[in-house]
Amino acid sequence: MIRIEGLRKTFHSRGRPVTAVDGVDLTVAEGEVFGVVGRSGAGKSTLLRCVNLLERPDEGHVTVDGVELTALRDDRLRQARQGIGMIHQHFALLASRTAADNVSFALEVMGVPRRERAVRVAELLDLVGLADRAGAYPAQLSGGQKQRVGIARALASRPRLLLSDEATSALDPDTTGAILSLLRGLTQRLGLTILLITHEMEVVKRLCDAVAIMRDGRFVESGPVAELISRTDSQLARDIFPLGPVPTVPGHLLYDVTLAGTVGDEAFVSRLTRRHDLDVRIVAGAVEQLAATRAGRLRIALPEAAPGLADALGDLRTAGFGVEAAR
Amino acid sequence: MIAPDLVDLLWQGFVETAYMVGVATLLSGAGGLLVGVLLILTDRGGLLAAPRLNGLLGLIVNIGRSLPFIILLVAISPFTRAVVGTTIGTTAAIVPLTVSAIPFYARIVEAAIREVGRDVVDAARAMGASRRQIIVKVLLREARPGLVAGLTITVVALIGYSAMAGVIGGGGLGDLALRYGYQRFEDDVMVGTVVLLIVVVQAVQMLGDRVARRLSHR
Repeated sequence: MIRIEGLRKTFHSRGRPVTAVDGVDLTVAEGEVFGVVGRSGAGKSTLLRCVNLLERPDEGHVTVDGVELTALRDDRLRQARQGIGMIHQHFALLASRTAADNVSFALEVMGVPRRERAVRVAELLDLVGLADRAGAYPAQLSGGQKQRVGIARALASRPRLLLSDEATSALDPDTTGAILSLLRGLTQRLGLTILLITHEMEVVKRLCDAVAIMRDGRFVESGPVAELISRTDSQLARDIFPLGPVPTVPGHLLYDVTLAGTVGDEAFVSRLTRRHDLDVRIVAGAVEQLAATRAGRLRIALPEAAPGLADALGDLRTAGFGVEAAR
Repeated sequence: MIAPDLVDLLWQGFVETAYMVGVATLLSGAGGLLVGVLLILTDRGGLLAAPRLNGLLGLIVNIGRSLPFIILLVAISPFTRAVVGTTIGTTAAIVPLTVSAIPFYARIVEAAIREVGRDVVDAARAMGASRRQIIVKVLLREARPGLVAGLTITVVALIGYSAMAGVIGGGGLGDLALRYGYQRFEDDVMVGTVVLLIVVVQAVQMLGDRVARRLSHR
């Protein structure tokens, strides 16, 4: 659905060049929800804005749905943009228009006749669960409601691709959850592909099939969530399931065990106890059902002096668990 | 009891002021809107970025803004003659009034449009909106409350400037106050003019506020 090759974008602020995106390659498959995560200033926002050419990249190619956008200009580019929906962190609604008229705006831009617009707007507001607030102005809506209007507007042109620029970052946790559920439902119902940027791990957990971690304008790792989490050297698992500082447990060694996919269903604690005669203490941890897979990390303390320790660790690794000394 | 000839004087002054200010408002409203939009569009990072043109436009606007009205009135008299064929009279006064109000309103328009968020413009671009659609349906439409409030300020300023139009025989309420009230010590004319000016300014401000409030949904 999206193919990005060798993307580079440098800004000049006060004569000093700042490379926001420094050679990014990215492929997003049809129907996939792809998340780019990273701190602010990592270049995620610029990357996203390069996809629909709100920023024109200095180097590289962007192809969406078989059309190379970087080769288009003016009217052709505007037409291509109409087929790509976008939602924004601060909603970007027109304050002077009602919820319905905000959605209608996207259709006006495309030149849809008035009568058709009215029908389509009603459909869209219904789709996002906001049919009863059609006549409200943005100032009269809550953050979550505003984002629903934003989503309805983004879907007005029946796009197959949705770009999401920190769409839930300005919302409280409950509202974030509701918006993420809505988006998840829409991807399934409408067969949408989503490219999103976020700094919230909650979004990755609830929505993403694949992820890239971005730092200083580059991807430091990327791939399907399930695959990344099961790799012991993955930063993603650490970011999603932070275990905090390592405590001292006298006479014990601490290990971090990562579980992902089917190994998550195995009774590994009792396995250690039964097979290797180990007393296992759980020091910290979380296991959750993510959108992409079931996964988690547990920090366990095992008795230092136990004879079966080395065998036990080997056994866990063979079974598919990620095991490493806690640090 | 107000003397009938005083009523006539005040009425005549009011009509002259209304004529000068009304026409100047229409012309400078349109001109200021145009210049203000150009200032925004040609700015660095604007929809029609042209930093040098922007700088030049800004300079012209600033020159217009720095001249005291009474100086401008005299300084542009050749231009006034070229436009309306004379440099004296009520119609002639409209030219300098308009010339001075255009840069004044242009800066207000610029500020009002700047209030429209960058993210809203980006959202419109992302939807595939054309420049024209962005200018008309996003920038101007979203800035409407500020544009109306700014136009109100401009009208009130024009009423003030029009008092000086008497210098070139423009007439109007301000001229009336100066000639009868100040120079001939006719206090009733002075008081009548001042009261009428207060009422007019108050009415303009109230009308402007009401329209701006109706347009604002923030």
